[in-house]
Amino acid sequence: MPAPEAAPAPAAPPPADLVNVQIDGVWLKFPKGTRMIEACKQAKKEVPHYCYHPKLSSPGNCRMCLVEMGMPPRPAPGQEPEKDEHGMPKIGWMPRPVIACANTVAEGMGIRTESTLTQEVRKGVMEFLLINHPLDCPICDQAGECRLQEFSVEHGKGESRFREEKVKKPKNVDIGPRVRLDDERCIMCSRCIRFTAEIADAPVLGFTERGSYTTLAVHPGKRLEHNYSLNTVDICPVGALTSNDFRFQQRVWFLTETNSICQGCGRGCNMETHARGDTIYRQTPRENNDVNSNWMCDRGRLDFHFVNSEFRLTDPMVKNQGKHEVTSWKKAIQAVANAAVGVKGEEIAIIASARMTNEELFFVKQLAKILGTENVDVIPRLGEGDNYLSAADKNPNSNGAKLILGSEPGSKLAGITELMSRGRLRVVLALGENLLKCGFERRDLEKIPSLVTLHILANASAELSQIVLPGNAYAEKRGSMINVTGRLQRMDRAVNAPGNARDTWEILRDLVVACGGSNGLHSIEDVFSRLAAEVPAFQGLSFAKIGDLGVPVLETDEKIPLLEREKERKAKGIIVG
Amino acid sequence: MAIITVQRPKLAWHEKAFISTLFKGLKITLSHALRTFLQIAGKKPKVTMEYPEQKWDDQLPDYYRGAPALVTDEHERERCVSCQLCEFICPPKAITITPGEIPSDDPWAKVEKRPKEFEIDMIRCIYCGMCEEVCPEQAIFLRKDYAITGLSRKEMVHDKKRLYEIGGQRVGLVNKWNELK
Repeated sequence: MPAPEAAPAPAAPPPADLVNVQIDGVWLKFPKGTRMIEACKQAKKEVPHYCYHPKLSSPGNCRMCLVEMGMPPRPAPGQEPEKDEHGMPKIGWMPRPVIACANTVAEGMGIRTESTLTQEVRKGVMEFLLINHPLDCPICDQAGECRLQEFSVEHGKGESRFREEKVKKPKNVDIGPRVRLDDERCIMCSRCIRFTAEIADAPVLGFTERGSYTTLAVHPGKRLEHNYSLNTVDICPVGALTSNDFRFQQRVWFLTETNSICQGCGRGCNMETHARGDTIYRQTPRENNDVNSNWMCDRGRLDFHFVNSEFRLTDPMVKNQGKHEVTSWKKAIQAVANAAVGVKGEEIAIIASARMTNEELFFVKQLAKILGTENVDVIPRLGEGDNYLSAADKNPNSNGAKLILGSEPGSKLAGITELMSRGRLRVVLALGENLLKCGFERRDLEKIPSLVTLHILANASAELSQIVLPGNAYAEKRGSMINVTGRLQRMDRAVNAPGNARDTWEILRDLVVACGGSNGLHSIEDVFSRLAAEVPAFQGLSFAKIGDLGVPVLETDEKIPLLEREKERKAKGIIVG
Repeated sequence: MAIITVQRPKLAWHEKAFISTLFKGLKITLSHALRTFLQIAGKKPKVTMEYPEQKWDDQLPDYYRGAPALVTDEHERERCVSCQLCEFICPPKAITITPGEIPSDDPWAKVEKRPKEFEIDMIRCIYCGMCEEVCPEQAIFLRKDYAITGLSRKEMVHDKKRLYEIGGQRVGLVNKWNELK
């Protein structure tokens, strides 16, 4: 390896405009323009808040983040400013609190997040917020992750002094295909209104009525139905907006979150898979400011029900006299090897999937090498992207397939189809794809003497196959993928595969070994290390080094429209970002 | 450390030959025999009952912790809203709840949620009463049934129907979902 050229020393960054701020008695330095709430957060003094969200504008309407603030008084002409024991100007504390979310820090400012005044105002704000809030926590889906519950315990009075009738508002309102509204639970933080207006560009939500009768509603004739509507459910601090899909399915305290990557398109939105036992209940976006910010599309997040499907393949099967018979893994793998070994390379084709992880594709490549075939490709899936997050490439790992298999996805498909229709192929391995849905004709597939399908769901092409191998779905595997912006990301196992289904990479490894290869790879970490040694883009990386947020490995000119707009708004100071 | 020499007790000749100990034992045996004889003759009160023909049920205290069961309110509405707190708190994990939505044509549709299925595995249940204590809707109570038997493991799992049979109706408790709400 040639020694890296000595990079020119980067110009020293201009000294950041720092200001001295005292938070709960401790003097700290923050860049000018930092919001008080963010400064407190960095000082590990979390200020409770509802309406503030770093990715949205700050209207300052919930009043929960009120804190006691003070500035050094302006000295009279000729007067020396008074100094405290740290040598900093003495702070003149204001008699009234200020909101921490919309104000920025200034030189010499003092913030008290735990003083008597701050505690009293929080108690007061909590009492007002709870006046009309129904006590239906046992029913509410938000219970357990409700900010109102949390702050009521931390800062509330614990007892209601309200003896009058609570205001009645519409409950269980159908405002869109995926979101349900309960107006009594709404605390009028307006996060959902700002999300739909500022990020989704579909301003369909707004407040009607006044005072304690203020009601969240959709504009007349409109519905909350755009593809990003479920993000409003995530940012709703209470249970006013709930997901129809997750509604009453499971209490959140039973769910275990696992870091994963959305498989819906090439964007690879970071997400958390929430599961109880071996059942997935929901998926929520995970913050990654280089991929998806705090958001993800509804299509991607709801695309997990097939994992719990009753059509999952649970046992390896071999066709015997036209009927599939359950067999052992050893026999099934051996059956594939018997069919493929000894057959000429030109008579074998491997159709893999760009929905496979890099590690699985690595074994696909090895398998192709051992079988001596050039007919290896993945199925491209081009759809329509949108102006937010969704990418036009609907495969989550097209870049990985290109990098590892070494050819443009779909470039060899025409040749394989041609060979198949002429009946030249004796062995076809369909790995993770339903061939009948990918443009292959049934009459062509019927010509193949040995069709092997590795899939997770029972489908028509699995029915046609001589050998069926049940693999595992994305939520059941560990592995890495490269998204459309060239970022290598990792996903973890949230649930176990059903029945005798096995890890797809293990099946492929066993196939490689059965066909005469040998590799001694026993863990996904080992596989990635081997991959890192062979693929220049992965040099120096290990499975652990990918981290929760991924690392950029490829240069692409793909831009993320939503993030571009967020950067713009951040530069203008509208959002914190 | 001082060493204390312990003297062996000096035993009389009848003690050495176990003769007095033999009579001590006989005395105990005979006194029990006499007591039993007096009971049979009806001279002394009995201290045992002949279960299951005889039972002590009406003397069970109010706080007796028998089988947990679900109750309905005075409108025959099932109190349980399937918040699953009992499932969460249950130390032996005996409770399994499948939550469900109340259909909009139901008279209690405004309650929105109720259990689709509610199962308590009585082989697991330890009768601790945590479920009753944690219930925010006063829907689950430990009743006085203690003889929970079955011929199979499946029979020992009380489903929703059986739980309401055991529980019956409880009136006069806090009712959040009446007409006034």
